[in-house]
Amino acid sequence: MTPETTSQQRYGDPTATTDPIIEMRNAKVTYDDGETFVLDDVSMAIERNEVVGVVGESGSGKSMFASAMLDAIPDPGLLTGEILYHKADGTTIDVLELNQEELRQFRWEEVAMVFQGAMSSFNPTMKVGGHFRETLKAHDANVTEGMEFARELLSDLYLDPERVLDSYPHELSGGMQQRALIALSLVLEPNVLVMDEPTAALDLLMQRSILMLLQELQEKYDLTMVFITHDLPLVAALADRMAVMYAFDLIEVAPRDQLIGNSGHPYTRALLNSTPNLDAPLEEMRSIEGQSPAPINVPSGCSYAPRCPLATEECRTDEPPFYDTGSDHMTACHHWDAAREEIDLNFEAIDDESTAAETEDAR
Amino acid sequence: MSQPEIAETDRRGGSEAPLLSLEDVEVHFEKDQGLLDFFEEPETVQAVDGISLDIEENDVVVLVGESGCGKSTLGKTSIGLQRPTGGAVRYRGQDVWAAKKKRGDVDIPFSEIRSSLQIIHQDPGSSLNPNQKILDILATPIKQTHPNVGVNERRQRIYSLLERVGMNPAADFADRYPHQLSGGEQQRVALARALLMNPDLILADEAISALDVSLRVEMMDLMLDLQEEFDTSFVFISHDLSNARYFAEHGDGRIAVMYLGEIVEIGTAEQLIEDPGHPYTKVLRWATPDLALHAAGASEPPMRKIDVPDPVDPPSGCRFHTRCPEAREACRESCPALTGEDEHHTACFRTQPDHAYWDSPPLDD
Repeated sequence: MTPETTSQQRYGDPTATTDPIIEMRNAKVTYDDGETFVLDDVSMAIERNEVVGVVGESGSGKSMFASAMLDAIPDPGLLTGEILYHKADGTTIDVLELNQEELRQFRWEEVAMVFQGAMSSFNPTMKVGGHFRETLKAHDANVTEGMEFARELLSDLYLDPERVLDSYPHELSGGMQQRALIALSLVLEPNVLVMDEPTAALDLLMQRSILMLLQELQEKYDLTMVFITHDLPLVAALADRMAVMYAFDLIEVAPRDQLIGNSGHPYTRALLNSTPNLDAPLEEMRSIEGQSPAPINVPSGCSYAPRCPLATEECRTDEPPFYDTGSDHMTACHHWDAAREEIDLNFEAIDDESTAAETEDAR
Repeated sequence: MSQPEIAETDRRGGSEAPLLSLEDVEVHFEKDQGLLDFFEEPETVQAVDGISLDIEENDVVVLVGESGCGKSTLGKTSIGLQRPTGGAVRYRGQDVWAAKKKRGDVDIPFSEIRSSLQIIHQDPGSSLNPNQKILDILATPIKQTHPNVGVNERRQRIYSLLERVGMNPAADFADRYPHQLSGGEQQRVALARALLMNPDLILADEAISALDVSLRVEMMDLMLDLQEEFDTSFVFISHDLSNARYFAEHGDGRIAVMYLGEIVEIGTAEQLIEDPGHPYTKVLRWATPDLALHAAGASEPPMRKIDVPDPVDPPSGCRFHTRCPEAREACRESCPALTGEDEHHTACFRTQPDHAYWDSPPLDD
């Protein structure tokens, strides 16, 4: 790619997709009568059957992004903008226009959501099987057929269906609870699964195992998945496309390999370099200086400028739009070409099959 | 400020004995029972089983493993917070629990052992008193160790320590309550508080796991800097092999991999990551996210089952045999001991070329 000067730059559109299932346009979430922004004019489209990983630090607005897709912003937050859902039969639902009852159906039957901490999603006094039956009844589904499907889902998640259905939540380990919750969220056969830190608080081995199972589920049931996490390398194992959030807005969207190997935003590059991983040379791992802004104090211009080593006067005054920085790759940075050149990544992005030699390369 | 005290204890405890030594330590918990099964044999959870480990001055030992593998129990046992049901924990040659019970010849009083072995918890928010300002939280240990130090000197010490752990301006931070600090800052206060006791060893129990990924390296760097400066050893507990590697390699220490209460492999970070001997270590390596693209796909895990067996009734022989992709009949029958050269030891028959394992039939289920 040839570096272009600012005046010739082409712009990217994060809603440009061929077959979107969810389109979010100019979504804003405000609290305190518009004083506090926790989601700042975000547009993004999710392609049918793709897995999107949304990455951000604590307090970057990533949970708001997930909740906005289902119009599930906690009160008294106010969501404005447009959320469109395209059903498989070609019709379109305007999510923000749905009434309570329609929204309730939409949330389980079209788009399901899994939160972190399965323990608080389950009723502790009800057996896991009871949760499945109650959900099926509440949505007027056939309980016998539904429970049959529930057993299949539980087996897909490497759980013993009879044992799990007959257990109270506390009798299962954390990893089993979280897998049972994923099965529960899929029992009404939704097309989209939105997950907010679904593996947080589990150990790394269970996190990775769940990710592998999610990938199998995605292929078996043709699911569209949105996976929200602070853990970039974790979701990189699953995602087709990744989006990075900083200070309540998306700052970079790209296919997985592009985002990891050729990101254009200084923040994404800093985030990649701050991640401990087995292959990176130790002396080059760095944390990111400074702190991300609070929702009432977002700087004008680029919100990352106060921490950015490449920031210029332009960054402090003009908020960067999404530039077209490669195939399906969009970066909200005025200096994306300079970032690629000047901020080195501390790991080798290899795509050949040198499996055994992987740690050699880094040394 | 810690130098004279350390020299003093050295003379008393003898310089031969390691700082801390675990001898065949065993911790078994009895499971709580309901009223109805009152007459039945209580169920025992074997949290830690037959572990021997020496920790030297200025040493770093990282314990890694899944949830429930006993790493926290082992950590707490080594600093004298959990009483072992078998074996002994010695501090500079002195049996810690004999000192507590004042049994036999006590060379080092328990109070001294207690203050030499400190802990930082996973959740700093709940380990700091929410009703006290940082200044008061940090004043308490100084009042205990140096009752004669005046208010002004105490304040000066606290300020300089806060600055040392990267909290500037110190006077401003000292005047805050814990909830006014971020998670990373709270953890720094917890670290500062542990350091005020002039400890010989700090147990960091998942101390960075609750922090954002981008802050973890910074916190580990701080602990390692202070390790050199204050001459402390660290037992660092983590479920993440990449953090374990970072800490062990920088601190020039060892990583011990635990599975169901036992150490299955121990060695330097380089040995464990470049040349893992135990199939379980390979599983942990698989579980560690890797940014290098060729490793990014979610491949099949190198194990047969996802869930850990019940520690009440651990598998016979090698405890990993129910999940191990390489398990054979021999693994079900007998339990491999830790063997190896230098610092690298593995408890797996596969490291022994002439073991009966190689002739026994593979397990499949």
